[in-house]
Amino acid sequence: MTGMTLAAAIPPIPAPHIEYLQLSPMLAVFGAALVGVLAEAFVPRRHRYTAQIGIALAGLAASFGLILYLAVDGYATNKADLAAMGAVAVDGPSLFLQGVITLVAVVAVLQFAERRLEPRSSTGASVDAFAPEAAAVPGSDAERRAATSGHATTEVYPLTMFAVGGMLLFPAASDLLTMFVALEVFSLPLYLICALARRRRLLSQEAAVKYFLLGAFSSAFFLFGLALVYGYAGSVQLSRIADVVEGRATITPALAQTTGNDVLLLIGLAMLGVGLLFKVGAVPFHMWTPDVYQGAPTPVTGFMASATKVAAFGAMLRLLYVAFPGLSWDWRPVLWGVAILTMVAGAIIAVTQTDVKRLLAYSSVAHAGFILTGVIALDRSGLGAVMFYLAAYSFVTLGAFAVVTLVRDADGEATHLSRWAGLGRRSPLLAAVFALFLLAFAGIPLTSGFTGKFAVFQAASGSGGTALVIVGVLSSAVAAFFYIRVIVLMFFSDPRADGPTVAVPSPLTGAAIGLGAVVTVVLGVAPEYFLHLANQASLFVR
Amino acid sequence: MSFPILTVAAALPAVGAVLTAALPPATNTRSRDRNKVVPLLFSLGTLVLACVVAARFQPHGARYQMTEHHSWIPQFGISYSLGVDGLGVVLILLTGVLVPFVMLASWHDADPVVDDSGTFERNRRTQGFFALILAVEAMVVIAFEATDVFLFYVFFEAMLIPMYFLIGGFGDRTKGEDARQRSYAAVKFLLYNLLGGLVMLAAVIGLYTITHTFDLVSITTALQNGSLHFSSTAENALFLGFMFAFAVKAPLWPLHTWLPNAMGEATPGVAVLITAVVDKVGTFAMLRFCLQLFPQASKTFAPAILVLSVIGILYGALLAVGQKDIKRLVAYASISHFGFIILGIFALTSQGQSGAELYMVNHGVSTAAWLLVAGFLMSRRGSRLISDYGGVQKVAPVLAGTFLVGGLAILSLPGLGPFVSEFLVLVGTFERYPALGIVATAGIVLAALYVLVLYQRTMTGPVKPGNEGVGDLKARELVVVAPLIALLLVLGVYPKPVADIVNPSVNQTLSQMGQSDPAPHINAATTTTTGGGQ
Repeated sequence: MTGMTLAAAIPPIPAPHIEYLQLSPMLAVFGAALVGVLAEAFVPRRHRYTAQIGIALAGLAASFGLILYLAVDGYATNKADLAAMGAVAVDGPSLFLQGVITLVAVVAVLQFAERRLEPRSSTGASVDAFAPEAAAVPGSDAERRAATSGHATTEVYPLTMFAVGGMLLFPAASDLLTMFVALEVFSLPLYLICALARRRRLLSQEAAVKYFLLGAFSSAFFLFGLALVYGYAGSVQLSRIADVVEGRATITPALAQTTGNDVLLLIGLAMLGVGLLFKVGAVPFHMWTPDVYQGAPTPVTGFMASATKVAAFGAMLRLLYVAFPGLSWDWRPVLWGVAILTMVAGAIIAVTQTDVKRLLAYSSVAHAGFILTGVIALDRSGLGAVMFYLAAYSFVTLGAFAVVTLVRDADGEATHLSRWAGLGRRSPLLAAVFALFLLAFAGIPLTSGFTGKFAVFQAASGSGGTALVIVGVLSSAVAAFFYIRVIVLMFFSDPRADGPTVAVPSPLTGAAIGLGAVVTVVLGVAPEYFLHLANQASLFVR
Repeated sequence: MSFPILTVAAALPAVGAVLTAALPPATNTRSRDRNKVVPLLFSLGTLVLACVVAARFQPHGARYQMTEHHSWIPQFGISYSLGVDGLGVVLILLTGVLVPFVMLASWHDADPVVDDSGTFERNRRTQGFFALILAVEAMVVIAFEATDVFLFYVFFEAMLIPMYFLIGGFGDRTKGEDARQRSYAAVKFLLYNLLGGLVMLAAVIGLYTITHTFDLVSITTALQNGSLHFSSTAENALFLGFMFAFAVKAPLWPLHTWLPNAMGEATPGVAVLITAVVDKVGTFAMLRFCLQLFPQASKTFAPAILVLSVIGILYGALLAVGQKDIKRLVAYASISHFGFIILGIFALTSQGQSGAELYMVNHGVSTAAWLLVAGFLMSRRGSRLISDYGGVQKVAPVLAGTFLVGGLAILSLPGLGPFVSEFLVLVGTFERYPALGIVATAGIVLAALYVLVLYQRTMTGPVKPGNEGVGDLKARELVVVAPLIALLLVLGVYPKPVADIVNPSVNQTLSQMGQSDPAPHINAATTTTTGGGQ
């Protein structure tokens, strides 16, 4: 270690010590993904659908059970570990967010499995929302043949499982390299499944390419930032970076030339920030959101909009709260600006949208801004508030996109807003549930959206962000306008004669919507237990 | 543990709303009437409970009575705390009285469409209408009971949703351009109030970061014994945040513009619900939250608010004189009256505030009487334009007579309820701000103008073509009007029971603010009235 006899003094590399139990929630999901791949190869086609759903749900259930076990074992409250040689943190925020992600994934898998919405193919087989032959050129004969054949593929399930595994790892990663690997593990499958829409293939593929290109850029930013921060701190460990930032660490002589160079640190942090802000869809890195949300198959959009946001905000929280709290004077003003821009731009651009999926996309941008106000608080209440908000938001989002899948006409989903006119007269129940989700997005009291908004604004206000809260409240008013416009359209406009019909879903989508509605109401009316849970879990291990 | 009467009083209409909404759609006249009688029974039950609350209330007892306290979201210091003071009791009673009348008056406003073959259109429109009214009632009652700032805020905001559907979903004009007008009015109502509510939310959050509790009693106690102190900047900002929301709701000029649209497009019953019941939450909240939580800021801003309310009195009255549409005329008259109520509140004298609190009740009853009769008239011809009517008193004398009595109450004729309160408000204002008192008095003159001119144009003179068939009030309509007019007479001749209930809470509020009435000074020939009408 002295550096003099470098070649002779290389110590034997110790075998890494892996804490399998603490890592088991992720291992269960990755295991399910691998089994899914094998099932895709070896299980006969007619059994694959059942097998894949079974494998996916079993993996997620096992993962959730293990998360609960770890939480009951005290990991969320009175103990925490850095597992796998300090690469993965097993602490309150990890477990809470992992729990949310697995539950979201269960709901998403239920929606992926829906096969009653698309009309039966000519062979009489019922099909789902995914392309029968993703590789076929849009508009080609091969594609038409595949569409009429009644084939339905199931590769979406193992892909989703890989994505979920990466998402579970992302907020738990406690070094930058693991974080980057997790980012790629969950992003790549998402790029793929965005391209799998059965209808409007071109739009779907365009969305996927756009998402992939921009995502690759943002990953590159993240990687570059990682390298610069490594140059500054001589380590990729978040806690070690924090030590160097705060001047507590002894500096490795080999890196003495770069260590402590603030230029590297600031540029590096900015680039890491770009990578993460891209994933959460904050302005000005939000451009991909509307196109991808619109083009991707709607169940996938719902999954992406909720789970990705949870994972990315989790990682952002860990990065900022564990590695860079000492630098808060530098990053907080920037995030202030980003949060204000995100809230205002998201809310205002959403007003002009005419497509329900794009509307929800811009609404998700505005919500990213609201969540950022909680991130900026940089204290325990902010952390708890953001985690609660993420949990509340993801179920509303899942439910809302599930409703979108049900409003259909001959061309598939009728997403143009004008087609939704008078929906409240045709199917009052569905319209009422969608109105509930919109009201939750708008943050009306007694819905989960309100509790979440109150929590983050209260945290922001408690840490000197009064101006942020005022901007947040005003953009909420703007946002309320377009949510309410949709409600007006559904309830007070006359239905169109050629309007869309509301498909009767199988219990799978029904369960997804019902669960979303129940969570929305429960977190709005009786949030005590869940706020308590989030607050209790809001301590990072270093 | 004592019986949670306040929770039950709010829960009964809520349960009624759910049950009503769940009733099957009507298929014949019998099931149609059942769908309307059930909600009516629930509203009558609520009235009974409101009477029980009033009977159990001891005017000289504790500040808040029949209190209930349960933890709700302890992480944010939020509790489910209920309790009523004199003002709360009176307003709950007002709500309990008015809602059954509103329902009866709106009896046919949401009837299912019956086609030529006698088949009922199968939908839940009727149930929806009455369920929404019950939902509004439940939320208003709990807002009058809440002693937790956050609990109040939640229902203050949540009541927008059923109100919005009542305005936007039901009305006398249903098709084409008219329906668009109505949906515009509903959206305007919602956006104005939501914006007010969101500004208040910012202030609610700000309040929490200073107090770390939302319990009104503990905050006011801490303020009084000095263990809690707002910086004057913080207090002013928080006061303005709360006041903005209440001023939109009340409504105070210049935040009033949603009211004429909303009342103009809503059915007469819903319009009464807006102005006589829901808007009272705004003035109630000024007294309960603005004055008690931010006494210093209230004194600082009182002159500015008084000027706005006097502008509102004159502006509302002037615009009422010029209206062509009966419902919009009533709406502008209401804006003028809300000016009087807010004037009484922020004059910060005991007469002024007693007057304002009585005025809330009297305005509710008198507007209900006047507007519901006007609604009966409008339902006969399907027009809201004043110019379509004339000489109605010849063909429908009872209708014309009750309309006149309601109007006379609106213009504060002595002997009818509003006179007492308007007099008290003016006396209370005059004590401290003589100039404003004098200007506000002009509002009374203008009130006489718009009420009597409306009466003259619609009721007197030769019968206008098309008015010959206007029938007189039917039994159901008489059941609505007669008790309201009787109530106006009682309140005008013998307001003591109501005054006795509200006066102790007025004195408590003022003493909490460290505010006492200006000493009466006797010079030259003038003497100031003290405690008139009590």
